[in-house]
Amino acid sequence: MTLLAVESLSKTFSSGSRRGTRGEVEAVVDLTFRVEEGEFLTIIGPSGCGKSTLLRLLAGLVQPDSGQVILQGQPLPDPSDRQGRFGFMPQRDTLLPWRTVLENVILGVELAGGSRDTAREEARQLLPLFGLDGFENNWPSTLSGGMRQRAALLRTFLAGYDILLLDEPFGALDALTRRMLQQWLLGVRTRFSKTILFITHDVDEALLLGDRMLVFSPRPGRITAELKIDLPHPRDENTILIPEFLALKRNALAHLKL
Amino acid sequence: MRAARLFLPAAVLLTLAILWEVVVWGLEVPKWIVPSPSAIWQAFWEMRALLGVHVAQTMLEVAIGIGIAVTAGVSVAAAINFSPLLQRAIYPLLVISQTVPILALAPLLIIWFGFGIAPKVIVVTLFCFFPIAVNTSDGLTSTEPELIDLFRSMGATWLQIWRKVRLPAALPYFFSGLKIAATYSVTGAIVGEWVGAKQGLGIYMLRSSAAFKTAQVFSAIVITSLLSIMLFLAVFALERGMMPWHFDER
Repeated sequence: MTLLAVESLSKTFSSGSRRGTRGEVEAVVDLTFRVEEGEFLTIIGPSGCGKSTLLRLLAGLVQPDSGQVILQGQPLPDPSDRQGRFGFMPQRDTLLPWRTVLENVILGVELAGGSRDTAREEARQLLPLFGLDGFENNWPSTLSGGMRQRAALLRTFLAGYDILLLDEPFGALDALTRRMLQQWLLGVRTRFSKTILFITHDVDEALLLGDRMLVFSPRPGRITAELKIDLPHPRDENTILIPEFLALKRNALAHLKL
Repeated sequence: MRAARLFLPAAVLLTLAILWEVVVWGLEVPKWIVPSPSAIWQAFWEMRALLGVHVAQTMLEVAIGIGIAVTAGVSVAAAINFSPLLQRAIYPLLVISQTVPILALAPLLIIWFGFGIAPKVIVVTLFCFFPIAVNTSDGLTSTEPELIDLFRSMGATWLQIWRKVRLPAALPYFFSGLKIAATYSVTGAIVGEWVGAKQGLGIYMLRSSAAFKTAQVFSAIVITSLLSIMLFLAVFALERGMMPWHFDER
């Protein structure tokens, strides 16, 4: 079943009138795609190609010039319609430094007016799965980069949205930590029936995690290819070495013109 | 470890005091020109009951002045962050207001408000308002846009964004301002009292000075310093209590 439909979404930013030159930057042009329920869709493209803009459009932080977003058959024309409907995880680390891990991860429920105690209880049960057992009363500044991202992911998971928008969640981590978190996310995903839009600029990551991959062109961002990733599950660290994976990767790199 | 850090400056201070004592004693400097540390201590001890009354008066002016400065400073900071128009209108005036010599305003305040507590409180407020307003304003501006985006994407109301993001993010800046204000405040009260007062450390200094009781002036100066240090430490303690995340990192 189609959970999310994006129809010919376009956005141009006007970069003001700096020294008389009115610059206009086309961020994304005519984006059309669908996301099925429970699907893990990865989006890949060169940096500055408008991937993040797409997520910000969906999350209701930016208003498109044209096109529409349809969630569960219902159009969401205004930013306020879209705010509070997607579990958006921004690219940069956004844990609140003045809250402990536990108080950070229940933020979504708290803002929605839900019961904090119930949320805390639920969070405590999930802490081990997210590798945060025993750290619930820590300040974010005392955590490693990988733990902070897992805490931010737990916050996004707990907020209870059907569809998660993850903007390069592992982008700022070192290669080894990133590998570990990819494996971990593969494991976590089997436990939750979440639909995920996952942005990355790492081809291996996109292919390893995703069910399907969209390739963006350099700015302005357009969808230039769509690849079905029919690799067997469960996937693990060896998946990136099997011939099917390498064939997909060759295909993807060709579309990225790398 | 903290005691060890205090040891060196304390040792230097003690050495200077002993040197001072010896020089005054050796050169037979008259007490009304430069009193020795022991004479200052003696002046303090003899006048301790009266000094208590003056200190209480000065600290009352300080407390009210800081209270008003915090309320007004935070309100103005919030207002200019709330509206870009207010920001453009008020922020430059805030800076310009700092070029007005408060010392010169004090006599006018006496003319307008009389010899009561009001003009002193106003001088303290004038000294303390600016650092609080400007620092808090900078703090409110410094909120990371990513955090606000996150809250908006979660459907947060603007009230939730202020309460849960912008105000906590501005706290460290607010406390920087409050620490500066706290150190200014006692001096501000004394400036206010110099121009005309019935009670307070400032008027005690003036009277002692007029009577050539130099040791009393010095004792009042030392008390002023100690009061400022105490206020600073009190603000520091409050800061630690209110922002544990800022200090527990390591």
